[in-house]
Amino acid sequence: MKLEFVSFDFEKFASEMLNLKSKKGFDYLVTIVGEDFGEEGLGCVYILENTNTHERCAVKQIAQTQNDTPYIPTVSDIWRVAELLEREVYDFFGIVFLGHHDMRRLFLRTDFKGHPFRKDWEFNDKYTLEDDVEPDYGLEYYLDKEGKLQCKQNKLFEADDYVINIGPQHPATHGVLRLQTVLDGETVKRIYPHFGYIHRGIEKMWEGMTYPQTLALTDRLNYLGAMQHRHALVGVIEEAMGVELTDRIKYIRTIMDELQRLDSHLLYTSCVAQDLGALTAFLYGMRDREHVLNCMEETTGGRLIQNYYRIGGLQDDIDPNFVQNVKALVKYLRPMIQEYMDVFGDNVITHNRLEKCGPMSKEDCISYAVTGPAGRASGWKSDVRKNHPYDMYDKVEWEQCILTGCDSMDRYLVHINEMYQSLNIIEQLIDNIPEGDFYVKQKPIIKVPEGQWYYSVEGVAGEFGVYLDSRGDKSPYRMKMRPMGLSLVGAFDPMLRGQKIADLIATCAAIDVVIPDIDR
Amino acid sequence: MFDFSIFTTWFDALLRETLGLGDFWSILIECVLVGAGILVGYALIAMLMIMMERWVCAYFQCRLGPTRVGFHGTLQIFADVLKMLVKEIFFVDRADKLLYAVAPLLVIIASVGTFSFLPWNNGAHVLDFNVGIFLVTAISSIGVVGIFLAGWASNNKYSVVSAMRAAVQIISYEMSLCLCLIAAVVLTGTMQMSGIVEAQTGAFKWLIFQGHIPALIAFVVFLIAGNAEANRGPFDMAEAESELTAGHHTEYSGMGFGFFYLAEFLNLFIIAGLASAVFLGGWAPINIGVEAFDTVMNYIPGIVWFFGKTLLVVWLLMWVKWTFPRLRIDQILKLEWKYLMPLGLINLVLMTVVVALGLYIK
Repeated sequence: MKLEFVSFDFEKFASEMLNLKSKKGFDYLVTIVGEDFGEEGLGCVYILENTNTHERCAVKQIAQTQNDTPYIPTVSDIWRVAELLEREVYDFFGIVFLGHHDMRRLFLRTDFKGHPFRKDWEFNDKYTLEDDVEPDYGLEYYLDKEGKLQCKQNKLFEADDYVINIGPQHPATHGVLRLQTVLDGETVKRIYPHFGYIHRGIEKMWEGMTYPQTLALTDRLNYLGAMQHRHALVGVIEEAMGVELTDRIKYIRTIMDELQRLDSHLLYTSCVAQDLGALTAFLYGMRDREHVLNCMEETTGGRLIQNYYRIGGLQDDIDPNFVQNVKALVKYLRPMIQEYMDVFGDNVITHNRLEKCGPMSKEDCISYAVTGPAGRASGWKSDVRKNHPYDMYDKVEWEQCILTGCDSMDRYLVHINEMYQSLNIIEQLIDNIPEGDFYVKQKPIIKVPEGQWYYSVEGVAGEFGVYLDSRGDKSPYRMKMRPMGLSLVGAFDPMLRGQKIADLIATCAAIDVVIPDIDR
Repeated sequence: MFDFSIFTTWFDALLRETLGLGDFWSILIECVLVGAGILVGYALIAMLMIMMERWVCAYFQCRLGPTRVGFHGTLQIFADVLKMLVKEIFFVDRADKLLYAVAPLLVIIASVGTFSFLPWNNGAHVLDFNVGIFLVTAISSIGVVGIFLAGWASNNKYSVVSAMRAAVQIISYEMSLCLCLIAAVVLTGTMQMSGIVEAQTGAFKWLIFQGHIPALIAFVVFLIAGNAEANRGPFDMAEAESELTAGHHTEYSGMGFGFFYLAEFLNLFIIAGLASAVFLGGWAPINIGVEAFDTVMNYIPGIVWFFGKTLLVVWLLMWVKWTFPRLRIDQILKLEWKYLMPLGLINLVLMTVVVALGLYIK
């Protein structure tokens, strides 16, 4: 989507944003992109969506500066997801958000000097072996009566809180996520997520890379959704360049995306079982995932790390046996999904554990931007494949899986249903892959015309999008991802207050977060 | 049936009369030998249980299990034990050193103590008091103190949560466990382990046959409560590896951890052994009142019967563990206090009525 920016007066910004939500129905904040606009200064781009009409709009706001500190009013009280997104902008650009009650860095260490995404930032810090002293308070910035920028400290913990770290090394966080959890006995009182343990600064690295080079990093995000990540990235570049793809490319990309989804959902259903202590059901899923990986491997050469799409098409044509193998897989997998339900999903203990576990209403899901299967389990029709169809998704028959239980059980069931839908999609396409080129030839040096674009796909755990700001060079001026997991983790706290530790683990599993995708 | 006491009496006579040793020396020698026997048996059965767990769980999970070390992986367990023995034993900073060191010992003492009550064969009981059942439940409760201390002393927040869980869970489930045993005592009229097994010899005299409905209920409740008592899935709240990493024994290494590990497996065997002794007739062979059949059955040694039944129950418990997901702590307590315990109480009344009216198989 080519972005046309709306801008507001700085004084009216907060009220205009509220208007956008309450009057025009833009209730879903897709992402906030911090950007160093050069001459114009630092600022933010807010991408919003109306969840009823699926209309999208983008708001651009330049920050004002006082004592070298740029500031913008917060929108975290309008869209709750902004709580984390604004912290990310603060971390990378040093823009403070007035009224945000917890301004801490999100990914980088507290003792990191400067804000690395500013164009004038240079690395001249020394690597340190010192312990990072974490603040036990969040900063809140505000303008006093004279209009001076002031800040005060908000305590994170009470004096006698029992604080336990779930992670960064913990079997149930599926990676290096750290959930600082305040407990009252077994009951969760508050969760503060900490990120950045696997932050690699991919977006910063992209700014120094040519477009074909940028592709290489996408499979290191959510390592179970490598295809979709690559899809979003080549998608935004192709759209910006106006590349027309052949039908063959679109067919194969759709099939590959769905195979990847099967791969991820199989691992997901297995991991939910494992986190609930049912190791047997876990291994059943892993057994069948091998078959999916075999199918993909023959064509792409990778099992976990998938590097298959490139700007203008695909790396290579599909394997001669691909069609046959995929058809065998589809035939094999259908009864197996029922088996997971028999072994685990329909078990009475599973139902007891997952029902009413980590509940979140549809309104909250939208406000916290809980997209993907987790949002659909609360009745939010959030599937990008339906709302903003790309490739073949509007030409095949399939259903968006919507459940209304709002709990972890329904999150699990949505995943199960989506596997059936993926099989349906693959079945309809696999026999009809048209002849044609698998690659539309591009110039040796790829340059993207000036402008801003946002392109999103339905990743394995939610909407995955890429924002591209090009200044006409051979490398992007600013490229930013909308990770799937960040908003999901942000929703843990409201979901789990008052629930048990075991519910935290179950929700963490049922909501499907993969940490490299969050940390980038 | 072969009576093992023939051997023990002969050995006693050998020491006292043939060798002319006094009370002190003969009892000392006997105790040392029996103690060594228990420990060796304990270690061997632990190994058997660990291998069995691996094979059974591999079978349930479409895996092969250990195959590399020795024939079909049979030497794997020795490799594991060796690894555990040579590992460094460390103390956690700012831990309560004394309690930290004592905790694994308490757990293993409780486990060995209970282990000594198992009736291996006719006449082969190590400990056989007239209040045997009572003492079994008393000694087995020491284990929870060990678990609680381990969690408390190791200066780890996960361990503390795990210790709380273990204490509340195990103490709760001891209620049902005891109620089931009392139901058996009501039927057999004795608390002595040998007496209980003795009462089960004869045609259809196993307790689950003899006491039919109430005994069957007691048996099932005993298995559920025993599973919880042994801290095994779906009741492995204290360990809960996906929630609390390794729970109370997170901070233990080497044989400190080894003791917990051994005790866990042996507790499974002990629960199964008690279940088979109290409800399935222990060493008593199956008799149906047809003489030819009974005679053949009686030729099979009692220890084979005992092991066969126990391993069958062990297999049943493993099946449960490798099938079900874990419960949540409040659900576990709800299951105990709202369902199992009342059921146990009603069952006890039912059993009393059955015995008073003589409705059991005589």
